[in-house]
Amino acid sequence: MSELSTLIFGRLTWDAIPLHDPILIATFAVVALGGAALLAVLTYYKVWGYLWSEWFTSIDHKRIGVMYIVLGLIMLLRGFADAIMMRIHQAIAFGDATGYLPPDHYDQIFTAHGVIMIFFVAMPFVVGLMNYIVPLQIGARDVAFPFLNNLSFWMTAAGAGLVMVSLFIGEFAKSGWLAYPPLTGIMQSPGVGVDYYIWSLQIAGVGTLLSGVNFVVTIVKMRAPGMNMMKMPVFTWTALCTNILIVAAFPVLTAVLVLLSLDRYMDMNFFTNDLGGNAMMYVNLIWIWGHPEVYILILPIFGVFSEIVSTYSGKRLFGYSSMVYATLVITILSYLVWLHHFFTMGSGATVNSFFGITTMIISIPTGAKIFNWLFTMYRGRIQMDVPMMWTLGFMVTFVIGGMTGVLLAVPPADFVLHNSLFLIAHFHNVIIGGVVFGTFAAITYWYPKVTGYKLDPFWGKASFWCWLIGFYLAFMPLYLLGFMGVTRRMSHFDDPSLQIWFQVALGGAVLIGLGIACFLIQLYVSYKKRGSLRDTSGDPWNGRTLEWSTSSPPPQYNFAFTPRVYDLDAWWHMKANNFKRPTSGFLPVHMPKNTAAGMMISGISAVVGFALIWHMWLVAGLSFAALLVAIITHTFNYKRDYYIPADEVERTEAEFDRVRLANQQSEVVA
Amino acid sequence: MSHSTATPAAGNPEKFEFLVTGDHHAPNGTLLGFWLYLMSDCLVFAALFATYGVLSQNYAGGPSGADLFDLPLVALNTAFLLFSSITYGFAMLQMQQKKLQGTMFWLAITGLFGLAFLGLELYEFYHLIHQGAGPQRSAFLSSFFTLVGTHGLHVTFGIIWLVTLLVQLRKYGLTTANRRRLFCLSMFWHFLDVVWIGVFTIVYLMGSMS
Amino acid sequence: MSGTLRNIYITALGALLLSGCDTVVLSPSGDIAAQQASLIVWSTILMLIIVVPVIVLTLLFAWRYRASNKDATYSPDWDHSTSLELVIWAAPLAIIIALGALTWVSTHKLDPYRPLDRIAEGKPVPADVEPLIVEVVAMDWKWLFFYPEEGIAVVNELAAPVDRPIKFKITATTMMNSFYIPALAGQIYAMGGMETQLHAVINKAGSYEGFSANYSGAGFNGMRFTFQGMSDTDFAQWVSRIKAQGEPLRRDNYKALEQPSINNPVQYFSAVSPGLYDAILNRCVDPGTLCMRDMMQHQGHKRSNTGEQHHDH
Repeated sequence: MSELSTLIFGRLTWDAIPLHDPILIATFAVVALGGAALLAVLTYYKVWGYLWSEWFTSIDHKRIGVMYIVLGLIMLLRGFADAIMMRIHQAIAFGDATGYLPPDHYDQIFTAHGVIMIFFVAMPFVVGLMNYIVPLQIGARDVAFPFLNNLSFWMTAAGAGLVMVSLFIGEFAKSGWLAYPPLTGIMQSPGVGVDYYIWSLQIAGVGTLLSGVNFVVTIVKMRAPGMNMMKMPVFTWTALCTNILIVAAFPVLTAVLVLLSLDRYMDMNFFTNDLGGNAMMYVNLIWIWGHPEVYILILPIFGVFSEIVSTYSGKRLFGYSSMVYATLVITILSYLVWLHHFFTMGSGATVNSFFGITTMIISIPTGAKIFNWLFTMYRGRIQMDVPMMWTLGFMVTFVIGGMTGVLLAVPPADFVLHNSLFLIAHFHNVIIGGVVFGTFAAITYWYPKVTGYKLDPFWGKASFWCWLIGFYLAFMPLYLLGFMGVTRRMSHFDDPSLQIWFQVALGGAVLIGLGIACFLIQLYVSYKKRGSLRDTSGDPWNGRTLEWSTSSPPPQYNFAFTPRVYDLDAWWHMKANNFKRPTSGFLPVHMPKNTAAGMMISGISAVVGFALIWHMWLVAGLSFAALLVAIITHTFNYKRDYYIPADEVERTEAEFDRVRLANQQSEVVA
Repeated sequence: MSHSTATPAAGNPEKFEFLVTGDHHAPNGTLLGFWLYLMSDCLVFAALFATYGVLSQNYAGGPSGADLFDLPLVALNTAFLLFSSITYGFAMLQMQQKKLQGTMFWLAITGLFGLAFLGLELYEFYHLIHQGAGPQRSAFLSSFFTLVGTHGLHVTFGIIWLVTLLVQLRKYGLTTANRRRLFCLSMFWHFLDVVWIGVFTIVYLMGSMS
Repeated sequence: MSGTLRNIYITALGALLLSGCDTVVLSPSGDIAAQQASLIVWSTILMLIIVVPVIVLTLLFAWRYRASNKDATYSPDWDHSTSLELVIWAAPLAIIIALGALTWVSTHKLDPYRPLDRIAEGKPVPADVEPLIVEVVAMDWKWLFFYPEEGIAVVNELAAPVDRPIKFKITATTMMNSFYIPALAGQIYAMGGMETQLHAVINKAGSYEGFSANYSGAGFNGMRFTFQGMSDTDFAQWVSRIKAQGEPLRRDNYKALEQPSINNPVQYFSAVSPGLYDAILNRCVDPGTLCMRDMMQHQGHKRSNTGEQHHDH
């Protein structure tokens, strides 16, 4: 190759396309055909313009929230495909059978599974929920920085895109989801896999950080008058704490990944074995980010369950203030526990027991939360709808996961269980039993708000039972295997007596797959039956917080008039005091304008990342310059807002009233 | 399925004003948001300082800070940056008095000090690399170059921002948006000053003493 | 007493999850691992005190207060009770105080760096018994064990006499691994340029599995070895067999051994160059490389107290 083509293409050659791996080729064929079909359908129905102007360039927090959740769902399918491939492989790779995945492919799969599930499934779910709900709950018209919000989404999507590209061009990291050096050093992993890991996380990380800043400001500055801190809905409280955690934790991830890339790109010696590098420092730094990260995921989900328990029990939330303090305590403590991820590194007994005990202390506020939900149900009138089923499934499952977590916090117990399948079972227990159950509960709960029609309960229940039973089948054997001394990330086993447990776990994974399928069917069926599932009231569950005071879906401006808040359950209080919707006196609403700048900047960032991954120095330099130009150009755009005229607001509100009242009457007649 | 089992309790006779009938605007959050961003940036530096703290003795047989640092040069550089903070302060004073020309003048001076700072830093780096003390030599030097270089990179972006803002001031004057931007850049610039004081003390002064 | 309880627990677990699987972590053969297993059992019991009622109450309340049960009391505005909240916070607190105390004591007692004071419950270490020293090197991708007192080295096979304390000194060549023999004791990381330690004892003769518990790249799967607990005479025979069968391990054939290999067979070395483990630990097997212990040395004050390496500047 000539100098110039090296400068342009770096180390990218035709060999980077994994033509030798039939599994990848088949996947590629499916993705390519599916993608082409999707593009064709979109073109046929001429929805490109609609998607572009109403969604991609939208800076409406509601649209962005939905896009985050859709991204999370798409990536869930990818992450689950990885999971089931691992389960199949481990169920057959015994003795002489080597399994169907070559070891280096298997190693990429478990890495990709972890990275995707945490960064591109759980995070988009959680950020998407906060996006949709928080402004509505606090009576705001949008977030503090609507453009940044759009940019954050596209940066996350760009990171996800890079991970997907690694499937077909080159490879992904073979390092485990936290990419510990020295394994990820340039000597031990010279390929592009680790670079894909670094740049996809860096780009998505920028998005997450910006969205953290955005939501802290939104919640601090934009609450409706009267909503003081102790009148904020619990979901908003947990969102505030989560975003504070994001602002305080993600910079550490950024820094540690920068250091790793300097080691890889510039031969520096931060984490190398030689010349004074110290790999233990990487492990410390990444967990200083990593442990708060798990609370970033779970706190908003605690908020979701608080809303759901109280709504479906028809009762005020029990112990609101202790719920808030519990959340704050967890937020602070989450920074004091990171070392429990590596008790086995040889710290002294005093250090280990300090971090073990701080970890256990977190279970006190968490326990208090569980009790608060319990006593919210006590003397309630519980509607056993799908969100409530998820909540009960969560409460039972999560305490088991919490218990095994506290067990792992006892250092000598961790010495025998660390890195074993017991650990795997533990964190799937809290992430599936917590974050995933919570996300499905939240989607079912707020779906009518987003779309204007409820989700079909039959398929929702089917999905719930598949997930619940599937989870127990898939992960209880892993607890047991942990006690049998089986370690994680193995691609082959010698002891045939273990096989039955892996086969049971595979059965569980298949059931979880059915659960995902039921959920997708539920979306389709509900869309088909949307006429009968329609919610015209805006308040289908007899809700308590402000989002239920708007129409379903809410108008672009959310609230024609900013509400005043007198009670924690603001909407409940309004209903109890005969709140009447105004029919006149509307004012023009000041709104931000759509922009393509977010997509543009993120797209260029993805190109910069791709060029750096492949050492295409010329492309990297040019695209980085283009990135700067794009950002600077955007700052020259001063005209970012417009007004929705008062008569349009009046028309929208009148239409909502008309449909709502007509329907109320027909219900009364029926 | 009906969800009317639990209805809100009977109405309170007290009359509530449930809506803000006038035009309601939430206060602008840009300065708070930018301050939060600075705090997160501060954590990036905290991580780099911590890394430097861990690795600062790992010379691997190579040169130490005492062998390398040219304190008078660094002191001069520190002076450039401190002066640039003062001149930025002058720019803000001019802005308060709504004097566009004065604001732009002091902003330009600030930028020049920033450039001088960068120039000296690049000279120092060039010199170190030239004598075989590049970032690859030892973990100490890796962490030194990264910490100081990250600060330098921030100053570079600060200067790009400053130039952009100069153009925008020229074009649009001291509008509300531009005044807000001047405030943000001011926080950014002073923040870099504070970080540099940490770098100067911990890296250069303490490094020269060891 | 804890032994009986543990047995009950294991029986219960076995009944629950079909009997017949070898839960080595809960029924190990070394005293340290046995104490860790009983710690797991006790901690679990402590936590079940709170977990079981929570699960029962969740299901009970969900059933009792279902919307269709009009007999149940309904108090929609009841949202606070100071005494109840006190209980809510105090109950987990009490459990965690107990568990925290247990953690503090057991973490110090079972600290892998702490030399053993007993070889089994009620059996202190005899005064005249010195621990067996084993120097462990995690390599790509195999285990190298040095027996400095016996003067031998073995790849992927480990043996120790029953009821004699063992002191492992553990390091690695490149990747981070974790040295783990579930039947013997908990694991500890093996890291390049650093030394971790593990004190343990095996109480029953037999053949046990040992492996790396930390993923370390392509050959991780095959980083397994057998650990044999044997009588003193068998151990002496084992040592002399290695001395008879093996070849000496010198720095030159060590360099060949250091090359990455997957599923490496067992290899015996009858003798070892002096200071080899120390050189591996300090990353200066190659002449001319700087030893880790001199990492803080800089150009300003050159000194060489190792005699093995030469500074090249």
